[in-house]
Amino acid sequence: MIVFLIKRIGNAILVMLTVAFLAFLIFRFLGDPVEMMMNESATQVERDELRARLGLNDSFLVQYGRFVVNAAQGEFGLSWRNQQAVTTLIAERFPATFELVLIATFISLVIGIPLGVFTAIGRGRWWAESLQFTSVVGVSLPSFLVGILLILTFSVSLGWLPGYGRGEVVPLGWWTTGLLTSSGRAAVVLPALSLSLFQITLVMRLVRAEMLETLRADFIKFARARGVPRRSLWFRHALKNCLMPVITLTAMQIGNLIAFALVTETVFQWPGMGMLFMQAVTFVDIPVMAAYLCIVSFIFVVLNTVVDIAYAVIDPRLRKS
Amino acid sequence: MSRISRILLAGVTLLAVAAPAAAETFRWGASRDIGSLDPYSYGDSFTLGVLNHIYEGLVRYDRDLKIESALATSWEIVSPTTWRFKLREGVKFHNGADFTAEDVQASLKRAADPKSPLKGNIPAYKGSRVIDDHTIEIDVTENYPLLLNDLTTIYIFDAGWLKDNNAEAPTDVGAGVEGYATYNANGTGPFKVESRQPDAKSVFVKFDGWWDKPVHNLDRIEFSPVASDATRVAALLAGDIDFTDKAPVQDIPRLEASPNVKLLEGTDLRTVMLGFSQRDQLISGAPNPMKDLRVRQALQISIDLDLIQKRVMRGKSRNAGTLVAPPIPGYDAALDTPVKADPEKAKALLKEAGAEGFEFDFNCSDTLVNEEQICQAIASMWSRIGLKPKLDQGPRAVQTPKRSGGKVDVYTLGWATLPMLDGYSLTSQVLHTKEGTFGIFNWGGWSDKEFDKLTEASSTELDRTKRLALVTESLKVARDHALMIPLHQQPLTWATTDKVADLPLMPDNLPRLWLVKK
Amino acid sequence: MTAIAAKPRASRLARLRNSDLWWSFKRHPSAVIAAIVLAVLVLSALFAPFIVPQNPYDLAALELLNAEIPPIWHPDGQWPFLLGTDLQGRDMLSAILYGSRASLIIGAASVAVSLTVGATLGLVAGYYGKWADGLLMRVGDVLLSMPTMLIAILVSAIARSLLPPGLREAGASAVIVLAISLSGWVQYARTVRALTMVERDKEYVQAARLIRVPARRIMLRHILPNTTTPLLVTATLNFGLGILIEATLSFLGVGMPLEQPSLGTLIRIGNQYLFSGLWWIVLFPALQLCLLVVSINVLGDWLRDALNPKLR
Repeated sequence: MIVFLIKRIGNAILVMLTVAFLAFLIFRFLGDPVEMMMNESATQVERDELRARLGLNDSFLVQYGRFVVNAAQGEFGLSWRNQQAVTTLIAERFPATFELVLIATFISLVIGIPLGVFTAIGRGRWWAESLQFTSVVGVSLPSFLVGILLILTFSVSLGWLPGYGRGEVVPLGWWTTGLLTSSGRAAVVLPALSLSLFQITLVMRLVRAEMLETLRADFIKFARARGVPRRSLWFRHALKNCLMPVITLTAMQIGNLIAFALVTETVFQWPGMGMLFMQAVTFVDIPVMAAYLCIVSFIFVVLNTVVDIAYAVIDPRLRKS
Repeated sequence: MSRISRILLAGVTLLAVAAPAAAETFRWGASRDIGSLDPYSYGDSFTLGVLNHIYEGLVRYDRDLKIESALATSWEIVSPTTWRFKLREGVKFHNGADFTAEDVQASLKRAADPKSPLKGNIPAYKGSRVIDDHTIEIDVTENYPLLLNDLTTIYIFDAGWLKDNNAEAPTDVGAGVEGYATYNANGTGPFKVESRQPDAKSVFVKFDGWWDKPVHNLDRIEFSPVASDATRVAALLAGDIDFTDKAPVQDIPRLEASPNVKLLEGTDLRTVMLGFSQRDQLISGAPNPMKDLRVRQALQISIDLDLIQKRVMRGKSRNAGTLVAPPIPGYDAALDTPVKADPEKAKALLKEAGAEGFEFDFNCSDTLVNEEQICQAIASMWSRIGLKPKLDQGPRAVQTPKRSGGKVDVYTLGWATLPMLDGYSLTSQVLHTKEGTFGIFNWGGWSDKEFDKLTEASSTELDRTKRLALVTESLKVARDHALMIPLHQQPLTWATTDKVADLPLMPDNLPRLWLVKK
Repeated sequence: MTAIAAKPRASRLARLRNSDLWWSFKRHPSAVIAAIVLAVLVLSALFAPFIVPQNPYDLAALELLNAEIPPIWHPDGQWPFLLGTDLQGRDMLSAILYGSRASLIIGAASVAVSLTVGATLGLVAGYYGKWADGLLMRVGDVLLSMPTMLIAILVSAIARSLLPPGLREAGASAVIVLAISLSGWVQYARTVRALTMVERDKEYVQAARLIRVPARRIMLRHILPNTTTPLLVTATLNFGLGILIEATLSFLGVGMPLEQPSLGTLIRIGNQYLFSGLWWIVLFPALQLCLLVVSINVLGDWLRDALNPKLR
């Protein structure tokens, strides 16, 4: 077990070092920071001075080493555009994105699981098949279109819900939350729905597939033979068996959702990390781009590693590979 | 039935929640965020205009864009290169500190620092001397007629506050240190900063100790950038914002039709123009045919300004024949006759110059009103006289380095002559040969001796009438030589909800909310 | 000669007709409809230059006077602009068909690139194992630790700032294909690798090795055919995904340029005009995009179920 742990964590560290290397390449070789920072009328001497101060004359490896050490301490330098520490900027935006992703995940489970069960037990009936078909449509709709559609319907035509921003937020220490104010709660509805649509269909399809498989398993057949009522059969016995994959999927998808949130955040002007990143892309704010890449990958890798380890704890057979 | 009414009720409750908490909160939905709270970190007019609610200069523009006293009460020219300012007494900063000459000196030093992006706004500044607590002398490098205009955007910091927070020098991104003034503010203006979240919301609250008598009745300004045109319009229609300084021209009919929205329309001081590289080579390395006047004229007369005005600008822009707008000193109506489109003549000129069908890069950004659409329309008009423009469309941050680095063939530019409000701003910074403080925005790299001589003559002429005559003459040369070609003055389209009263629409496109009633 | 050549083809068709797959296809009306819709969309996109009145990529063909004409059934509609025109006088139908062509080509090219690269690397890694395998898995780990969308945006944004202006427009679609394939190949490589490792130890492969069949031949002729079923399903679904990513990139402004609008670019422009009554600028490209991706995914979905023995 310990060998497995070390191997798995070592692998994660290796992956992160490589991601950091890629981020560093972007950071170092894209858009000359000196050109971006200097005034147009700066002289060559001033440029060289700044170059030296930024450590751009050091050897490649020294610069990479410095980048990794700084990144590990959460130091990504200053944003060229906002002139603020990138870490602070991202920390300020993180709660917004996290709340959005969390609520989207919640919605996807609350809607996705029952739908999955229904489509599984109604397999072959018209309503289950049309639900299944609708789920394909759900996977196929680009999330920016869904966002536009939601804004057009609920914000523009009906005027029920706000179509941009986060509403009033309440600070809780370094965290900010919009869930404690009514305007904040109203503001999160549309973006969370838009972000969760894809995830709903994913959960629904997974639950359906797992349910179909479980319903064929022997213990279900025995239970049915024993006369266990069908409802309890579906929801108690079969569904319980499907939950583990659903939890795994949900955990692994959080990283993806954070990345996908950048589309949603752009459409809804949601002041999260994704919007920060898209603005950095627009303004070629390289430090922010590099930092975002590192942080999202870090979340991804941590979640994957934790899931792997958790599985190994539950199922010792997996430790071998 | 009951379910529907319940949903409706829920909607109404939500709307009620979204409605203002207090009537005196003014919610401003802008198309973009300000760059920083530090007025010396970005030289753009919009950021400076917003920060004018927090900070003030020695002088300011009144409702008619005439200079009036602000933190200085009077001034005199002691010698051709020295100005003496009497400062207002009893002015307090937001932190309670008194306003004195020391503050002015520290601010000027900070703004003119070699690392300051704002130093171009006071090109003639040499130094200053504190005479007493409320008198200061400012030295300029030469006879300089436009010092007061420049000082309108040199906002005054509190010297002690700068010192205490280690912010005496402008923020140096290269040093890797965050500027204190980037996220904190302490001015003398009518509002003080309560909070700021970049790209989300900045809140300004009324400053009770303001020296001037407030005309406004606002307690709070909530400034939020809403980049998407459609979303901003939706927010205004829903009453989620009270005001936007950029109502998209294409949405004007819809806004006009809404009973709760008031539209304020005018013509911006900003003139949109095109510039041409006059270097020996195009960026592709091919010889540059645009050094030939006939080619530049062909490019000009192939553009159908009327069609652009009617279609792209929806009849809201004002076609221009000269490079500055009518209210700008130095403007001459005789020069302001828009050039008529004549594609056949354009083709003939190109043939004469032997430049048929040449390929060039057309650098466009996204900051002007409908710029993407204007550029596409112009590119299509040029294509129709057989040229091959390659449209290079990108955000300002990407395009500006290319432009200032001379890596463009044809480019767009919008110039409002802010904060100087004088034709000299354009002739000296945009059209003059690039040398010293001149021609910083001469991105095409041209050098027109005849033009330069006139501009230099105007730079030291203290007599206003003579000086403006020189500016006008140089604008005529610019027109005759087709150094740059004017397209139009942009429309100004502000929109407010009907609750807002007395918002003066200013042609410099800068809202002055201390004049607003809600 | 011709008779001999024609015979196997006929028998192949006959084989398809008699196959389980065809039987299943006929029994799934949604799959049949999707296939028909997709065929119409693909054909109309491929032959767009012969169908539509205008080349929307030719700036000289655009006439600002014709801008913002509503669809033909509207009282202000004008022939030949069936679906109206956009802000530049670009015929919407032409723009949509050309845009779909761009989407389809980018989607297909990204699948082709990912599939080729992924299958090759997967075969090699699975067959030889050892360090080749370790390297492949690590590279895959790194790429999978960054979300596809993020990589695509980064690559596109970076390419745009690096490429010279002339190449940027011309190479826009190539950049997007690269951006999608960069992480797309991993999935194929992993699938092929896993199956190769299983097949590698089977007796027929061992036998082939003993009689000195070259490794390349073993891999291509004997192992690869075993992987076609899962690859086919993955490829179909990734085809749809590629189109979606391209549309998203273009919508975010880091995809296809304004002069060569793809469906995503058209929606991005139209989105700014939601209130101006110009609904046709955004509605038709959006519908086309949905139709395209939905039909591909319905087919992919059916294919996955039909080829999955567990679900029969």
